[in-house]
Amino acid sequence: MGLLAYGDTGWGDELVIATLMTIAVATTAIFIGFFLAAIFASFKLSKIKILNLIGSFYTTVFRGVPELLVIYLFFFGGSGAVMYVAKIFGYDGYIEINAFITGAISIGIISGAYSTEVFRGAIKSIDRGQFEASEVLGFRKKIYYYKIIIPQMLRLALPNISNVWQITLKDTSLISVTGLVEIMRQSYIAAGYTRDPLFFYSFAAVLYLFLTFLSMKLFNKLEKHYSRGH
Amino acid sequence: MDLMIESFPRLLNATKLTIELTLLSLFFGIFVGVFFAILRTSKNKFFFYIAYYYSYIFRGTPLLVQIFIIYFGLGQVEWIRESFLWIVLKEPYSCAILAFTLNTGAYCSEIFRSAFETINKGIIEAAEGLGLNRINTFFNIKLPIAIKQSLPAYGNEMILMLKGTSLASTVTLLDLTGVAKHIISTTFKPVEVFIVAGSIYLLMTLIIHNFIKFLEKKYNY
Repeated sequence: MGLLAYGDTGWGDELVIATLMTIAVATTAIFIGFFLAAIFASFKLSKIKILNLIGSFYTTVFRGVPELLVIYLFFFGGSGAVMYVAKIFGYDGYIEINAFITGAISIGIISGAYSTEVFRGAIKSIDRGQFEASEVLGFRKKIYYYKIIIPQMLRLALPNISNVWQITLKDTSLISVTGLVEIMRQSYIAAGYTRDPLFFYSFAAVLYLFLTFLSMKLFNKLEKHYSRGH
Repeated sequence: MDLMIESFPRLLNATKLTIELTLLSLFFGIFVGVFFAILRTSKNKFFFYIAYYYSYIFRGTPLLVQIFIIYFGLGQVEWIRESFLWIVLKEPYSCAILAFTLNTGAYCSEIFRSAFETINKGIIEAAEGLGLNRINTFFNIKLPIAIKQSLPAYGNEMILMLKGTSLASTVTLLDLTGVAKHIISTTFKPVEVFIVAGSIYLLMTLIIHNFIKFLEKKYNY
């Protein structure tokens, strides 16, 4: 257990910080995903053909291509794109984008593709009558979406959002290839330093299990809260 | 554009390994899945919990951790290196297949379990009433219904496994993602390579998708 000591002699404090980093990346990513999902779900539900097509393209590509490939695209492509823009403005040096931003964006885009399907499904499963009633009662579109449709949608979507969160949380382990020091990267460093990969990777597995267990409990609570009255 | 044409044969060549890894893992995974699904329905508490925790652990941790434990971790244990297991565990190829099999097996066990659980009790009773024995009931009644039930979910799992094999590149294997990464890191042209490699993956996803659709139609009654 000396390996997990807090401070300079062990890896305890480093792993705590790494776990917080994993939570931070996953949380940022899932909210980036929600934001994208709100846009693309409305595209997919829209009556305009071209928007439908864009929405389908997004979900097909980012659910069909391996996460690792997407991460490489943003990892190698991200700084290239920024440098290209910088060149236009006359800056000719090397720019490296922060690994946190690259990671959160790439995982966020993938997570968003799954969320898009969840949001779309939830809106579709709301009774038509709810829309009609809101219109008849004279609510403006913006009001009835926020006050009537979205609250009901959230209740229906919650179990699936919980699934997307689990996927997103586990996907963050792949960002370790870009060098961001989250659980996986920290375990890799510790394993290399101490030559004890079995211990550190198993401990990483325990940390992930702890996180998935904790979030399951949290989502169960939320589901109970939002299903009251049903 | 030149790079896209130039890298295409190399990526296509690497696709062979990706397909191989996917098919082998899925094949072994079905047996592991069925085995643990049966354990889950067992009345013996010990067997039940083994199957329960197996699926819980493999579904609750990232695939990357599982590969790293198997490839980097297990090789460190003295008695494993001296046993016959070392034949499997010293090669990244067999380690990757082992990790993928155990991972997809966990998901499969859940899919099959829920498929078996949703079989209408009346059908089983009817089979018993008609005098079929347990083995006959299982293979001729329960299994075909369970296969049909689990097809859509299993199709998703096949696609997830296809994407999962990209992690083989983290243990030095040159699968489609591994070669794509190599080309990207030598040419610094990620977009072009992503388009080619991504299209190959999408094509394979599409084939799986249609294959499952075809089976669903076939098993529809």
